[in-house]
Formats: sequence, structure tokens, C-alpha cells
Amino acid sequence: MHPIRKQRLYLVLFVVLFSSAAAGLVMYALSGNINLFFPPTDVAEGKAPVGQPIRVGGMVLDNSVQRSNDSLAVTFVLTDFKSNVTVVYEGILPDLFGEGQGAVASGKLNDDGVLVASEVLAKHDENYMPPEVADALEQSGFDHKGNAK
Amino acid sequence: MIPEIGHFALIIAFCLAIILAVVPAWGAWSRNTRAMAIAPGLAVGLLVFVGISFACLCISFLQDDFSVKVVASNSNSLLPPIYKFSAVWGNHEGSLLLWALILSFWTAAVAVFSSQLPLLVLSRVLSVMGAIGVGFMSFLLLTSNPFARLLPGTPADGNDLNPLLQDPGLIIHPPLLYMGYVGFSVAFAFAIAALLGGRLDASWARWSRPWTNIAWAFLTLGIMLGSWWAYYELGWGGWWFWDPVENASFMPWLAGTALIHSLAATEKRGLFKSWTVLLAIFAFSLSLLGTFMVRSGVLTSVHAFATDPARGLFILVFLALVVGGSLTLYALRAPAVTSRVSFEWVSRESLILCNNVIFLVATITVLFGTLFPLIMDALGAGKYSVGPPYFNAVFVPLMALLAPFMGLGPTARWKKDSVRRWQAELAIPAIVAVLCGLTLPLLHADYNLWVALAVALSAWLVLGLLRDLWYRVRGAASLGAGLRRITPSYWGMFLAHLGFAACVTGIVATSQFNVEHDLKMAPGDTETIAGYQFRFVELASVRGPNFIADEARIEVSQDGRLVANLAPQKRRYTATGQVMTEADIDAGLFRDIYVAMGEPVGQDGAWAVRLHYKPMVRWMWLGAILMALGGFTTVLDKRYRRVRSPVGALAGNEAVHGA
Repeated sequence: MHPIRKQRLYLVLFVVLFSSAAAGLVMYALSGNINLFFPPTDVAEGKAPVGQPIRVGGMVLDNSVQRSNDSLAVTFVLTDFKSNVTVVYEGILPDLFGEGQGAVASGKLNDDGVLVASEVLAKHDENYMPPEVADALEQSGFDHKGNAK
Repeated sequence: MIPEIGHFALIIAFCLAIILAVVPAWGAWSRNTRAMAIAPGLAVGLLVFVGISFACLCISFLQDDFSVKVVASNSNSLLPPIYKFSAVWGNHEGSLLLWALILSFWTAAVAVFSSQLPLLVLSRVLSVMGAIGVGFMSFLLLTSNPFARLLPGTPADGNDLNPLLQDPGLIIHPPLLYMGYVGFSVAFAFAIAALLGGRLDASWARWSRPWTNIAWAFLTLGIMLGSWWAYYELGWGGWWFWDPVENASFMPWLAGTALIHSLAATEKRGLFKSWTVLLAIFAFSLSLLGTFMVRSGVLTSVHAFATDPARGLFILVFLALVVGGSLTLYALRAPAVTSRVSFEWVSRESLILCNNVIFLVATITVLFGTLFPLIMDALGAGKYSVGPPYFNAVFVPLMALLAPFMGLGPTARWKKDSVRRWQAELAIPAIVAVLCGLTLPLLHADYNLWVALAVALSAWLVLGLLRDLWYRVRGAASLGAGLRRITPSYWGMFLAHLGFAACVTGIVATSQFNVEHDLKMAPGDTETIAGYQFRFVELASVRGPNFIADEARIEVSQDGRLVANLAPQKRRYTATGQVMTEADIDAGLFRDIYVAMGEPVGQDGAWAVRLHYKPMVRWMWLGAILMALGGFTTVLDKRYRRVRSPVGALAGNEAVHGA
């Protein structure tokens, strides 16, 4: 075989092997590290898996935020105005987290249907709604103030 | 009146861009010298008119002209003037106008600084850039006019700028990032021009290289500033989140890193030509993809200003045109520019090849992780999110794999080298690097294998560089004479590789050794982390120009000695009522102490407080600055400033059209 062709062949083999290894790594990493979004209604209907990392988003129900007095533990309720999901979290909430505002919590559901959150995300400015939350509300047929559309 | 002038100037610039895209390209095709010769003038004219338009928008912001829609929704009469400036690009329309301004700046820069370039090539390059300008300016004029008025119905005062963006770092972060993003359009234009001409040789790589290096350096700085800003402004001490928007700027950087290395091989050895062209197309396409993702509102992010499907669709179509068009051209013309240059397996070429494969795979894995949620969503398969663990799991091993080859790079010779020579040159650096890895982490309280590995790899890079530098200067009469003999290109590589080593050390050390503690603290409370005592002295109320704040005064001491007085704030901005955390940091070369306030807890005036100890976190940003400096230094090399030879003015030995 022509030496340049031979070199190219080796090159292609090397690239193919290396990329397959990388693709394998990607698949492996992906399998453990993706999570799916569920609106509160899906969680209430039992469509969300228990003990798997998921995200739940909706509006934070008025008067639902309860802070512990001696630790950073906090409980609140996410709603799409059809169903509610209780979320427990320990830590500092984002600045724009508030009652009557959109939020997304990621964590795992426990057997009681409570979401044990490891991270809570809120919107980052006044006029902005996380797209997942907007979508969840769209499905439940309410606007962000809880009025039926 | 001023907004109308701005709008009018933008329309004129749009027309100039159309002429620039059409006439010189036609001139190059029909060999009409007069048509080609108008390109540089048009490029400068483009800059002037986009500049006027941009200046008009700035004036509207500074004058609080709330009849202009973007001013009303993004500024406020109480906003400090310097932030009115950053408010200009802190919104969708203004940031696109900045994009257009920087594009026309690069176009004019190519026109002015390319005295060595044959007119034929120059006119094609400028035409391609003009065409990109047409795309962006029609986007501005059709869907995102920054000069749209609110008449009647002018509000008395504006909505104020998002407080997160009211920060000195954010004044220069977007322009720097865009300089990088858009700078790749130059590399892209050169690649397309070469494909059109069918001539891709060492001189093409030599023209294209300095532009690519500068763009890459700006992008490095821009990303670094973004990371630094996130660290001190978002109030939770993270510096990289693998957020899709960060990835959007990181992917062009990764592809650009592959590109600048592959360009080196193309210039020095005439190798990897069509591959280099493909990388240039790839890097710029990723820049456009980044713009699309960030600006179309498909992502949840601080950068997503608008959710307007028409805009998203426009950029998507533009992206498809650019990528599809350039790849079609590539498929048609690339066979004409392939090379038949050989190299041995043990050579610098092979190492550059490794670099390229690793960086490309890294780009693709990041691209995959970023697009996966969008694709699944578009297919209706559910709303997935891909978290940082995925990116860390694929990215960290790739970079670890890179470092051993990278240490060999500077020493390796082009074309043919021998393993025996590498052993002779680098045995001592390798041994010392392993020793460093074994011993240096002992300086910290607990030994950590990851840090040991990172230190060993970084030491291998640094020692390999020093060994090579010594090898280059030892023949000279004196050390000074030897150092002076070394070219700016080499210094650039030296600094950039050094910066990479610093970055790796900083990232791994801070990720492994950082201590983060969130807790409830009341005035008078004391807490100790990582050997530092934090005492919450008092809570105060502070008034700023457009906000009021609660301020915690926290005293940090070590072994009874005062280290710092920190005063993190929780601000409420008066115009919007938006609440924001302002962290306070005691910065140092070897450690940062980071304090931020959460929210009030309980009845006794206690607050949730975040206390962080972050060792060597600055090394990451200093490393990035070194990399950028390296990129800028290479441009000083004399060989990039050779004047055009009169014979080559209209390159004659070009492939015949249609061939």
C-alpha cells in the first residue's frame, strides 16, 4: 500500500477507536446524569418515578413557604393550580424565589410524594418565567395567577 | 431625533453591506479590478455607519430617552451613568447591534491591516464578511429594531437594568466575548475565500493565523470574565455551571483551540489544509449556534432576553444558510485543495493531530450535552436537563488525556523526531513532575489524589516548556541574547501553555479542597471553617444610588489575627423591587474567603449565611489571562507584517474557475 494511504488508514482507525471510546463515555455519563421535568399534575397522578432524579416546576403557592427556626430547612408547595407538590429543601434559596412566583426544584421524590430537593432555581428577572413552568401552566389551563383561562 | 438618525445610519450600513457582499465578489469572479478595489473603502464605511448607529443608541441611553422602547425597558433615571452604558448591550436589540458593530469593526480591521494580501483574496474575504453583516443587520432591522419608539405612551421613568447586570465586569464581558465570537468570522471568511479561489497554501495560513489568534485570545478573556462575574455576582460561589449559555461560548473556544493548532501545522508544513478549513467553518458555525441558543429564548438563562419565535426562526434559518452553504462549498471545492505532504508518526504533526482529535471530541461531547435537551424537547420526548456531572465526567478525562501530549509538543520536531531524543530531553522533567505531584499537595492539610495528578500534569507541562526554552537559549552568547532571539510566536505559545497549566491546577485544587458551609448566624455568632474564624459582628442598613441594602459585618480571623472585615449585602433595587445578593470576598493568590447573605431566618435577627473557603481559585482566571496574553503576543511576530510583493498582487497561480 502507498505509505500515505497506509498512514491515512491508521489515522482513520485511530480516530474511529478514539471517538467510539468517547461516545461510550458520553453514553455512560448521560445515563446517570440526566433528569426529566414533570409538572405537579403528573407527579400527583403518579407518573413521576420515586427515588430517581427529576425536576418539578410550577408556581410557589401563597402562604406555603415555611422556614425552620433553628436550621436552613424550608418547605414549600409548587402548584400548577390543578395539583400540588410539597418540596423540602435545606439551604439558601435564590434571590428571586418567592410566593406567587415560578420556580423549578430538582431532587428525588420520596415514598410520601414529597420532593426532596437538592437544588431550587427561580427566574432571574421580573418579567421572565422558566419555559418549563410556562409550559406546565399551559397544560393545566391556568395563568400564572391561578385564574382559569 | 437621535434615535431616527441611528435607525437611518443602520439602514445605510445595511445597504453598504449588501454592496460589499455583492460587488467585490462579482469583481473577484470576473477579475474586474475596479469592482474589487471598492471593498476596503466599503468596509470602512460600514464601520462608520454602524458606529454612528451604535453611538445614537448610547446617547439615547445616557439622555434617558424613555420614548425609545429598549431604553424604557432596560434603563432608569437613577441608574448610574456607567451602567447606562452597559445597559446598551444588556438587552436583546442592543446586544445584536453590538454584534453588528464588532463585525463591522473586524471587517474594517481586515481591510486596513491587510496590505500584504492580494486584492483578489482581500475582496473575497471582505465580501464574505459583508454577507454575514447583511444577515445580522437584516435580523436587526426586521425583527429587533433597537430604535423602536413608544409613541405615544412614553413612560415617565424606565424599568431599570436587571440588577445582576449592574456590575463593572459586565460592562466589558459582552464586548470581549463578542470580539472573540465575531472574530472567528474572519477565520471563516478567509476559509471561504480560499475555497472560492481553490488556493490554500502556507501564505493563506499565515494571513489567517494572526486574526484567529486574536479572536481566540478575546474569547478566552470574555469567557474568563463571565466566569469571574458569575463567581462574585451570583452570590453562591460557583464559577462554572455548564449552563447552556456558558457552553455556547465554550464550544467555539474549544473548536478555536483546535483551529489555532491546526493552522500552525498548515502554515509550517502545508498539512491538514482541508481539515483546517473545516475547523474554521466549524468554529464560526458554533459561534452562530451560540448566538442562536442565547438569543432565541429556547434556554432558561440570564442571557435569554426575549422569547420571540420569529427571532429564533430567523437565526435558525440564517444558521442553516451559513452552515449549509459553507459545507456545500467545502464539499465542492475541498478536493481541489488537498495536500500530499507526509510526516512520521513520531513528530510534532502527530501531537497536533492528537490535540485536534481531543479538542474536537470535547467540542462534540459538550455540543451533544447542550443540544440533547433541545432535541428531546423538539421531538416531544420530554423535558430533560443534562447536569454538570455529565460534562465533568466526559470533559475531565479528555483534558487529562491532553496534558501528556501537550508537554511533548514544544520539544517535538516537525516532520520526523525520535522517541530516543524525547527520552533524553524530557526524562528529567517527567521525573521531577511526578515528584512534584507526590510532594506539593502535602502543603495542604489533606492529601488528595486528584490534586496530585493535576499537579503532576501541570508540572510536566511547565517543566517541559522550561526545558525547551533552555534548549533554545543555551547556544547564545548570553542569557539575554538568547532570550531576545526567541520569536514572539514562541513566547505566545509559552505563555498560553503556562496559562493552561495554571488553569488546570487552579480548577482541580479549588474543586477538591474548597470548603462550603451554609448556616444560620445571628449577630455575635462565631463559626470556624478551614482554620478561619468568622464572627458576625453586626447587621447594618445601607443606602446605595438605586438600592437599599442589609449589610452583614463579618470579621474573619486566623489564630487570633484579623484577616479581613467582610461586608456582604442583600440589596433591594428600588425601581423594580428586585432583591439581589452582593457577596464579599477576601481575595488572595492561594485562597479566597467568600461570604454571602441568604435570607433572614427566625425571629432573632439571624440570617442564612454562606461561608466559603476556596483555595487557588484565582489561578484559573490568571491562567486564562496568561492564555489570552499568549494569543495576543503571537501577533507581534515579524512574519505577519511582511508587505505585499507587487508580483503577487493579483495572484496568478490560482485554480481555474470550475476546475
